[in-house]
Amino acid sequence: MRYLARRFLHAAMLLAATTVVTFLFTTLAPGNYFDEMRLNPQISPETLTALKARYDLDKPLPVRYLVWVKSLAHGEMGYSFAYNSPVLPLVAVRARNTLLLTITATLLAWLIALPLGVWSAEYAGRWLDHVITGTSAILLVIPDIALALGFLLIAVQTRWFPAGGMASVGAESLPFANRLWDLAQHMFLPATILVLIAQPILVRHIRAAVADVLGEGFIRAAEAHGIPRSRLLWRYALPAAANPLISLFGFSIGALLSGSLLVEVVTSWPGLGPFLLEAILARDLYVVIGGVLLSTVFLVAGNFIADVALFWADPRIRTE
Amino acid sequence: MKRSLHKTAVWLIFLAFLHVIVLAAGFVAPYDPVQQDRDRPYAPPMAIHCVDRGGKIHLRPFAYVQRVKEGFFDQYEEDRATQIPLKFFVKGAPYRLLGIIPGKLHLFGTESGSINLFGTDGYGRDLFSRILHGAQVSLFAGLLAASISLFLGVLMGGASGYFGGWTDSIVMRFAELCLVLPWLYLLFGVRAFLPLLVSPMQAFLIVVIMIGALGWARPARLVRGVALSAKERDFVRAARGFGASHFYILRRHILPQTRSIILTQAAILIPQYILAEVTLSFLGLGIPEPAPSWGNLLSSLQQYSVLSSYWWMYLPALAMVPFFFGYLALSSSLQEEPRAAKIGL
Repeated sequence: MRYLARRFLHAAMLLAATTVVTFLFTTLAPGNYFDEMRLNPQISPETLTALKARYDLDKPLPVRYLVWVKSLAHGEMGYSFAYNSPVLPLVAVRARNTLLLTITATLLAWLIALPLGVWSAEYAGRWLDHVITGTSAILLVIPDIALALGFLLIAVQTRWFPAGGMASVGAESLPFANRLWDLAQHMFLPATILVLIAQPILVRHIRAAVADVLGEGFIRAAEAHGIPRSRLLWRYALPAAANPLISLFGFSIGALLSGSLLVEVVTSWPGLGPFLLEAILARDLYVVIGGVLLSTVFLVAGNFIADVALFWADPRIRTE
Repeated sequence: MKRSLHKTAVWLIFLAFLHVIVLAAGFVAPYDPVQQDRDRPYAPPMAIHCVDRGGKIHLRPFAYVQRVKEGFFDQYEEDRATQIPLKFFVKGAPYRLLGIIPGKLHLFGTESGSINLFGTDGYGRDLFSRILHGAQVSLFAGLLAASISLFLGVLMGGASGYFGGWTDSIVMRFAELCLVLPWLYLLFGVRAFLPLLVSPMQAFLIVVIMIGALGWARPARLVRGVALSAKERDFVRAARGFGASHFYILRRHILPQTRSIILTQAAILIPQYILAEVTLSFLGLGIPEPAPSWGNLLSSLQQYSVLSSYWWMYLPALAMVPFFFGYLALSSSLQEEPRAAKIGL
């Protein structure tokens, strides 16, 4: 239990440090959202000063940080200048869209990678292994951006599936089942890209972990006892190989919010990625901080979940 | 061991070959990367023929002239009656090799009419030339950023592992923080607070320093591990006993031991950082037009009309693949046999 408490404290401290670091970057800012208004003759300098005062932009950094922490405690996370609204609700909607996509993609990626990795280890050196490792090697060599744009190009040229957005025009008025189908069609492109990006890394790790275990004595002993090969693989070898895979799964969870940024922008999925990009271009300071912070929360949480799962799954850690 | 040493050498030669082509972009590319031809926007890639319509074989390869279709501005048809013969080693647009050596000679070109192997972009700029010149920018960005990361990593990791104590705990806590932050988001965050409209040179430096400085943590951790074990070695203790300074020991005894780690990390980091530059430029946060980079060459694909009508604008993405292949193969062969890196490579 002390182990878990220590990990939790560790995660909490990391998060606190993150808020300070992301906030520190604001001092590097050579301008802010209101600077562009200065050129506008319809806005008087007095109004600008008043606006800046209203958002505490005229205060020194430590004060701004404290004000921001207070608003974080209120569930606001600062204020978006462009949307004229607290940041958290804005970011939450986008994060929901992102999670809808990435949870689907991550589950699919693992469901596909697990059997591929296990078979690849089981048939090591045979043609099935060569096919699987060869395909992963090819996927690994293609840069993410080339993969994403390539699929987008195919989608646009062939019109086999919708290329962009999250729903068709007028989809809100459709019955629920049709709306779900519409969503699934739109999700197909970004989800496929994400699955293909994750695939080679997952398959490689799973293959390596299982291959390690398959060489161990207890597997041969179990085999000598006449336990069928499939049961041996899935009930004996896979759980024994779980340790590194659980850490990897923690990474997958951690990357749920931050891993799909590029794919979202490319396929115009209305998630956190395009939103953050827009905020950067508009110098919408607190939205950027909020986005970075939220995705860091996920990364830290992912690591923590992996720690807890390891604690639960691996007795060796408990006795340490 | 011998076999993987051999493999490492093969991949190194392969990569060196690719990089030499890119370094000689001014010579290999037939045109200046920013030279516009407003009469030929979005011209499709030209095929190089050796056999003409009548079945006659030509020793000198040629292409057919593309003419704009009646009533269009971006639709072309091949005029099979007029050939453009391909000439080798022709005089063309002036360039500077490596930014210094002036030259006018190009590997290939034409005497009249233009030859666009990969087509042209919306301003009629030759895409083939732009990809080659863009490769210079992107590859150099990756190499420079990786050197910054490795330099910082060796510095921080070496000091942290060697001195231990509170230096170690502070540096490592900081490294942990850098590792846990979502990398691309952090890159974005930092970019958000730097000026948006800057000259290409400034933008290049901003992007490179940013990518390099944010990535120091992983190499630092690895170097720290080596330094930790190295400082307990007998010859290090002996040197210490003879009164060698910390700096001397770090430079003479600790650093050489980290070489294989640094080389492997370089092979991993360079492609990763190239991709980071490409991503930033693709999103309009990196190196701006008209200077070409792989990233901003691809950024036109964000327009639907380009995707639907001008597929060849995707070619820069394919140009990256051999480079990534080379670097990945190199890093995996280095990892297979860490000693390969030690023996004079």
